[in-house]
Amino acid sequence: MILPASGFDMAASKKSVAQAADNGSESGSPPAFTREQDLQALRDMLLIRRFEEKAGQLYGMGAIGGFCHLYIGQEAIVVGMQMTLGQGDQVITGYRDHGHMLACGMDAKGVMAELTGRRGGYSKGKGGSMHMFSKEKHFYGGHGIVGAQVSLGTGLAFANRYRGNDRVSLAYFGDGAANQGQVYESFNMAELWKLPVVYIIENNRYAMGTSVTRSSAQTDFSKRGVSFNIPGEQVDGMDVRAVKAAGDRAVKWCRDGKGPYILEMQTYRYRGHSMSDPAKYRTREEVDKVRHDQDPIEQVRNRLLADKVAEDELKKIDAKVREIVNMAADFAQNDPEPDASELYTDIYR
Amino acid sequence: MPIQVLMPALSPTMEKGNLAKWLKKEGEAVRSGDVIAEIETDKATMEVEATDEGTLGKILIPEGTNDVAVNTPIATILADGESAADLGKAEAPKAARMPARDVSSEVAESRAPVGEGKPMISDPKRPAGTAAEIPEDPDIPAGTEMVTMTIREALRDAMAEEMRRDGDVFLMGEEVAEYQGAYKVSQGLLEEFGARRVIDTPITEHGFAGVGVGAAFAGLKPIVEFMTFNFAMQAIDQIINSAAKTLYMSGGQMGCSIVFRGPNGAAARVAAQHSQDYSAWYSQIPGLKVIAPYSAADYKGLLKAAIRDPNPVIFLENEILYGHTGPVPKFDDYVLPIGKARIARAGQHVTLVSWSNGMTYALKAADELAKEGIEAEVVDLRTLRPMDTDTIVASVRKTGRAVTVEEGWQQSGVGAEIVARIMEHAFDYLDAPVMRVSGKDVPMPYAANLEKLALPSIAEVVEAAKAVCYR
Repeated sequence: MILPASGFDMAASKKSVAQAADNGSESGSPPAFTREQDLQALRDMLLIRRFEEKAGQLYGMGAIGGFCHLYIGQEAIVVGMQMTLGQGDQVITGYRDHGHMLACGMDAKGVMAELTGRRGGYSKGKGGSMHMFSKEKHFYGGHGIVGAQVSLGTGLAFANRYRGNDRVSLAYFGDGAANQGQVYESFNMAELWKLPVVYIIENNRYAMGTSVTRSSAQTDFSKRGVSFNIPGEQVDGMDVRAVKAAGDRAVKWCRDGKGPYILEMQTYRYRGHSMSDPAKYRTREEVDKVRHDQDPIEQVRNRLLADKVAEDELKKIDAKVREIVNMAADFAQNDPEPDASELYTDIYR
Repeated sequence: MPIQVLMPALSPTMEKGNLAKWLKKEGEAVRSGDVIAEIETDKATMEVEATDEGTLGKILIPEGTNDVAVNTPIATILADGESAADLGKAEAPKAARMPARDVSSEVAESRAPVGEGKPMISDPKRPAGTAAEIPEDPDIPAGTEMVTMTIREALRDAMAEEMRRDGDVFLMGEEVAEYQGAYKVSQGLLEEFGARRVIDTPITEHGFAGVGVGAAFAGLKPIVEFMTFNFAMQAIDQIINSAAKTLYMSGGQMGCSIVFRGPNGAAARVAAQHSQDYSAWYSQIPGLKVIAPYSAADYKGLLKAAIRDPNPVIFLENEILYGHTGPVPKFDDYVLPIGKARIARAGQHVTLVSWSNGMTYALKAADELAKEGIEAEVVDLRTLRPMDTDTIVASVRKTGRAVTVEEGWQQSGVGAEIVARIMEHAFDYLDAPVMRVSGKDVPMPYAANLEKLALPSIAEVVEAAKAVCYR
């Protein structure tokens, strides 16, 4: 599929590999969410959106240093996928990772304080935006080297298979990382050894400033596993229901011992690659169009309103989320920097 | 309360910028995510998005204004229900710009000179777990049988014993299982432990190194064999960026217990791409431990220690040495301390410091030197990181002279590091400049005569030792 310049034709999204699990709904929209599911999705996505907006603001104020890659626009993917997971399932991703951490249930304060490099951050201020971990929440990072998390996530799946448990690992990476060699080394081993790993390619259409059509010979990323016999699907990554439905299929495939599965999530990042990216490689109209037509949060909000949920109730959710984010930002700016003695800790154990 | 919008920084180094254009007018409604203005620096123009909802109450900096300092209020946003009358109460988000790095305060820290009564290593910042706290080699119980075996067998036994002891330990690599190891190091392991724990990988170093590290993050204890460390260059990103750094980057939450092992350095007649010594490369990395033994007993005791160690360990073997034999004590817990050098031969005239196959030259040179009345003390480092500086320095304080011997290149090499440490900690004891014998500064040639010239020789070690003894 060649991507039209104006954006994805989401209606054309479909399973691409013959072997992909039967999704039972070839035509039309994904299975509906209950009101509770929609409310949960709204809350979780809003938390990520507001958190990222605040992070952008703090970056602009100089409170966050270095690189800061925001997840705004892509929220439905991690929120939908998280709804498919069970206890002990693992998540690993690259450096655009704030959304994944919040979706895994990591504390907004600890994440924001890591962004500001404070001692209450998840890595005591030593990792920063791109390097955060939580063993407790089964979040394995936060990796700064493009594509490295794919082999590492395959290793998490290897450990599950070695131990004979039924856990699944999710390895997230972008359309840019999908061109790294180790991704295919990992695909080969994962299928060879039937490892329970879902490879989630978050195709936001730009690898930093290079569009997929300029960087990828095969722009249908769901087909990237074909030569390894790994099934794949293209998914409307802006619709949390479609994400969850596809995620359920993929996770079941893995849990049933059938090996890895690929989900290409078609999505869009509203902001630049990082905070210092003016995003001149695309038009404002393109961004506005996705925002206006496909925003993952607005989709849920509109469904809820159509379902006669009072606007006030949605405003309350927003207010609650803002409160969490503001508290996180306050904490992150007032928490002390790590003690100087921390310079020499955690090198060996 | 109305919210002030501040002039944002596009990068941590930006101090000011131009307010190019306002895209919203006073009184216009704004939603979170709306672009309200464009700002520009010498590098880029950037859109400013609103992060709050309400009405653009007042524009404080008109468009076209140049050199607006970062964090200057540029506009005020009124929340629902607020009016222009509330503008005076506007609250700025707390600006928390970090102070610029003050370099001048960092140079004041001076080093105390190393004196007689002080400990040899005076660096107060040295992290825990380095040489000073490392125990001596364990006593070998009386009556322990000494078994003569090849280094190849010592390695195999070490792995087999640790795999019997701990079900989380497994071996993966190219040809380790059915082929029994490209150099027959893993002989018999598949038979004893089965295909679940002795795993043939595809030829895919970068990928399986990453898989190993990921499995270690999840709590397993992989032994990752590289057919040679030359091929590990494909995997070095995973070794350094993932294995070595994650404990630190996670604030101590997530480490990995993993051993990367295989032959390192020059074999025989395999030319440049299969002959490189990576001692210096890995020993530079904080977060890694690097072991490069010489004797059969050390190979066994240190590999067992490496497998039990909770950190990533680079275990550098040597193909030339695989077939060499030596006595190895026969007991299960023969585990040697990582980070402890061994005096392989005592002497008082000159210290020779080496490791791995470099020891071959050093020990034979010591024999030659003895014939001429020069008693060389030979220090076998065994571990390159953490480096046992105390043992080196104690020997040099005794002999006053030192030569390092390595097969690797000289520039930024391990020998260079040893020389620097001797200079830092035993300068006043030196009677001559320290000399280095090393591999020559060329890619390894294929032709037999050239290859011989490219490697160190016993004669070179003898010559260097005599030179520092002024003989």
